[in-house]
Amino acid sequence: MFGTAAALAIAYIYWNTSGLLERQLEGAIQAEITGLAEQYHAGGISQLTRAVAGRSRRESDELYLLTDRNGRYVAGNLTSVSPNLWNTVGQIEFVYGRPGRGGPKQRLALANVFRLLNGYRLIVGRDIEDRRRFQTVIWRAFLIGLGVVALFGIVGGIFVSRSLLARIEEVTATSRTIMSGDLTGRIPVSGADDEIDRLAENLNAMLDRIEQLMTGLQEVSDNIAHDLKTPLNRLRNRIEGSLRQGGGEAAYRDALEQTIEEADDLIKTFNALLSIARLEAGAVGKSMEDVEISQLIQDVAELYEPVAEERGVELKTRIASGITMRADRQLIGQALANLIDNAFKYGVSNRSTGGSKKAPSISIAAKKDADRVEISVADHGPGIPKNEGERVLERFVRLEESRTPPGSGLGLSLVAAVTRLHGGDVRLEGNKPGLRVVLSLPMNSGSGGNPAA
Amino acid sequence: MRVLVIEDEAETAAYLKKALKESGHLVEHAADGETGLALAEGNAYDVMIVDRMLPKLDGLAVIETLREHDNRTPALILSALGEVDDRVKGLRAGGDDYLSKPYAFSELLARIEALARRSVPEEAETRYVVGDLVLDRLSHKVARAGQSIPLQPREYRLLEYLMKHAGQVVTRTMLLESVWGYHFDPQTNVIDVHISRLRAKIDKNFEKPLLHTIRGAGYTIRVGGS
Repeated sequence: MFGTAAALAIAYIYWNTSGLLERQLEGAIQAEITGLAEQYHAGGISQLTRAVAGRSRRESDELYLLTDRNGRYVAGNLTSVSPNLWNTVGQIEFVYGRPGRGGPKQRLALANVFRLLNGYRLIVGRDIEDRRRFQTVIWRAFLIGLGVVALFGIVGGIFVSRSLLARIEEVTATSRTIMSGDLTGRIPVSGADDEIDRLAENLNAMLDRIEQLMTGLQEVSDNIAHDLKTPLNRLRNRIEGSLRQGGGEAAYRDALEQTIEEADDLIKTFNALLSIARLEAGAVGKSMEDVEISQLIQDVAELYEPVAEERGVELKTRIASGITMRADRQLIGQALANLIDNAFKYGVSNRSTGGSKKAPSISIAAKKDADRVEISVADHGPGIPKNEGERVLERFVRLEESRTPPGSGLGLSLVAAVTRLHGGDVRLEGNKPGLRVVLSLPMNSGSGGNPAA
Repeated sequence: MRVLVIEDEAETAAYLKKALKESGHLVEHAADGETGLALAEGNAYDVMIVDRMLPKLDGLAVIETLREHDNRTPALILSALGEVDDRVKGLRAGGDDYLSKPYAFSELLARIEALARRSVPEEAETRYVVGDLVLDRLSHKVARAGQSIPLQPREYRLLEYLMKHAGQVVTRTMLLESVWGYHFDPQTNVIDVHISRLRAKIDKNFEKPLLHTIRGAGYTIRVGGS
């Protein structure tokens, strides 16, 4: 393709150049003839003869020959001319001998042949040997150029396609190792910053994400193994123990009731896991509606009011009124309930950390901040150590200090999943002392399709 | 009361039949949607329990067909799908209540008894009376033994629901759904605390308690009994 284009370009230049030279030459000969014709008209054959003789003496490419009606030499610098030259009239290309060092040389010439009225003949020409050589040089250069271009084209083409194929082969090889189960493989990036590099980078980013998800899945299944199998095992032990001990109806009843309780806890954990999985897959959220968030938060807070009173906890609410946003009412309610429940479990149970004799308190707040809604639940408990940070948002993560109160370790992960579904994020802040969990939700969430993506 | 159980899983069906009979109900059982539909069209039941996924005819389709034929037998949908979206679908198809598996039998029993009760027209009832406790639905006033009892709006609604189902067991989930409109688990024993507050207002200063806790099930409001 490139070679063809180059050849065409060179050919164009060649034909143009040689055409231009030819036209120049013809123009010069024409001017010469016009000049000589004037001489002839003015002074007849004798003046023409003088003019031709005079011009012939000049050292140049110009060629002249004047002969009489018998073909005998009268004037000019052309001596040996083939006789059949005389039989033609008009433009002609011919070969003539020119004296030079080392004998006469055959040179190429272009000339116009005229017959004058009195039978005299005039040849006016130009030596075009140099031009011919020049043409040959150009022609050769053209051929060499074309050859080089073709060579480069072919070699380059082979090289590019070889390296391209090699790089595509790398992608294939990497995907093969990944398919065989090793997710750590990545496609090498050449650093050329070309399309293939961009493809490789994108594929690598995709692989990173997949690996991350797979690791997450692995962790979850490990945790399921632990957090579901442990209570299942406890359940089994209890039934087995009760069977072995015997002890009559009352003892059996007692054991069975405990068994039901444990089964219920298991069901709860299982339901929470399913909910989180569905939320993260973006399978929920069809029930998005315009929800009066202020009212919802007020209601949920009110639901816990008697609990707070019973436990001697002050439940403070600072809820900006009139906030409405697109949301899933049940999910937001659930998230808020989980946060308040956590605050009761971990934020107020350990009264010694509070220091003062003041009643422990939980603050529930909601405010509109530009185009976001910030819902927060804060307590004055021990808080979360800095280095544990976001880890508590993950599934089944329960900090060692909090292993004692009952819980599945799924509460905050459900909160995080609900928040993500609404296109928002969860912030964990210190409350000096204590913990403040902030849900920052965009007002227009849910209207923009699937926010889980 | 007469209960129709449409459930394809043999063991679940056998357990339901046995447990419902023990609770004093007449039970008929269909193992697939078509048989269930035929039974429901040909007989008068007080309530039916319909599994969502059934052979031959889907549970929702059974209910939809019945409703198209103007059969208003209250239906409780049982399903392994427990998300809010599925619940909405079930109720839209004409179901009256939705219970996701696994469930406690006490929950199921309380719900179908509440459903059967619902089929009796209630609009006419302007006041609920349990013993000497009176709830006036027009003036939203509550009095016991002629003594007015001031209640918070939420407490009033809680009592109203309990009295509407007087003599029946009402579970915590039913209260959470009906009185608060929540379909999620609030973790802490919030309902118990609300009930004990209400109890303090309507029972504390009176000799005979009306609001009873049914262990492992929920609450009931009635005169006498444990």
